[in-house]
Amino acid sequence: MIRDITLGQYYPGRSVIHRLDARTKIIATFLYIIELFLVNNFRGFLIAAAALFAVIACSRVPLKFIFRGLSAVFLIIAFTFVINLFMVDGRVLWHWKFLTISYEGLSRAFFMAVRLVLLIIGSSIMTLTTKPVELTDGMEKLLKPLSKIGVPSHEIALMMTIALRFIPTLMEETDKIIKAQQARGADFESGNIVQRAKSLIPILIPLFVSSFRIAQDLAMAMEARCYHGGDGRTRMNEIKFHRGDSVAALLLIAFLGVIILSRQL
Amino acid sequence: MSFICVKDLVIEFTRIDESGSEVAGTRAIDGISLDIEKGSFVAIVGMNGSGKSTLAKCFNGLLTPTSGDVIVDGFNTKDEDHLWDVRRRVGMVFQNPDNQIVSSVVEDDVAFGPENLGVEPAEIRRRVDEALKKVGMYDLKDKGAHMLSGGQKQRVAIAGAVAMRPECIVFDEPTAMLDPRGRESVMEIVKELNSEGITCIMITHFMSEVEQADRVIVLKDGRLLCDRKPSELFTDRAMIDEAGLEMPALIELRDRAGLPESLTTTADIADHIKAHRH
Repeated sequence: MIRDITLGQYYPGRSVIHRLDARTKIIATFLYIIELFLVNNFRGFLIAAAALFAVIACSRVPLKFIFRGLSAVFLIIAFTFVINLFMVDGRVLWHWKFLTISYEGLSRAFFMAVRLVLLIIGSSIMTLTTKPVELTDGMEKLLKPLSKIGVPSHEIALMMTIALRFIPTLMEETDKIIKAQQARGADFESGNIVQRAKSLIPILIPLFVSSFRIAQDLAMAMEARCYHGGDGRTRMNEIKFHRGDSVAALLLIAFLGVIILSRQL
Repeated sequence: MSFICVKDLVIEFTRIDESGSEVAGTRAIDGISLDIEKGSFVAIVGMNGSGKSTLAKCFNGLLTPTSGDVIVDGFNTKDEDHLWDVRRRVGMVFQNPDNQIVSSVVEDDVAFGPENLGVEPAEIRRRVDEALKKVGMYDLKDKGAHMLSGGQKQRVAIAGAVAMRPECIVFDEPTAMLDPRGRESVMEIVKELNSEGITCIMITHFMSEVEQADRVIVLKDGRLLCDRKPSELFTDRAMIDEAGLEMPALIELRDRAGLPESLTTTADIADHIKAHRH
């Protein structure tokens, strides 16, 4: 189940998008998300979707990879759709007992669903085309100016690096614990929701304990390798802006302009 | 002067009781003195709880002595101002291959140490490539760490230590969690590093690994039981029993077959058997 989520999974490649600086991609994704909230009509979404598909085409990431990420959050989208569908008042389109669908509700529901879909695809494009390590490096560089006002940019980036590194390790650990508990006769598959939730406790507690043990080991290994915070630390791969990044920045500004124009029309 | 000099080392772990006052705890290391020469290959053995790993953590200042001193290349590990000087000289490889890799990508992990030392980016790149070639992992440098086998992960961990250009590497049971093939590849790398002049200190449970060292230190209950050449240890059955160790399979075979004690290597014994076959 956890393996299905594409968010945060890198698709290796050497496309134009892959080679962009991580900072460019982070800023672009941020701007894209903001723009999605600026859009107030379907025409705007059409433009946003066209731009997104142009980026996908450039990135050469297979579409099925992108939609796999979407299926994991399908429930959220469906939920938003249904809530909007029934909760917005307006010209009545359909009525049955206490359920009412209005014309405005239908349009709002579609509007929200499209916005969510674009938002998720937009952000998964960033994680699909950027190595996690580059992403955290980019984050660190972007947050650097904030370290003057006390934001621990290096520590945040390192935490993300370690979190990403240990996802597979902790998944393996979980698997081991589940098997060990099953071997002792634990039952995770039957019963109602409450019973199933309760049966997770014997998994979560050992997992919690073992993650502390792993953290202690790792801290020891990091100290042995002279880790002493972000001061005086250098990086093997210095990230630099290239010409592609300036082109991307120009396109981004043009896109922002188009989206703002689309609001007035 | 020797590279690492341990004088009257005591490590005591104290426990804080419910009222908040310290209760005298256990002595993990109880008065050990020893010297380790530059370029040597030393094995440290002993039963579980004999203080092997605790001693190992004293060599690079991960633990500081309760009393006594550990001097590494002239720096006292108690001296916090020179702690990084000690750690850059003495690298360490731990038992669990999973819990010592920091970054998801092989080459980024190897770069972690040099990055902490503040080495120039181009120089880091050079060191990382060199270290990965040395452990035979260069072709996998772009791979994700979770895709590797235990032996490969351990080789990456060794590369991580090598990239810091240490003078000594402490191996804390690096082969305990590996399969025979992984164990062999790690041992080969250790011997290769030693032949290049890096002092190797190897904590292990495997007598076949002890045989390859220049010198073996046996610990029991935090005390030094004996310190001699492996071949001398394996002729002393009383000492092996006292330390709770086992004879290498080869020596066991030799003794049970009633062969002369002068035979100590596989080749010797094989020749002897061939010569006396009929």
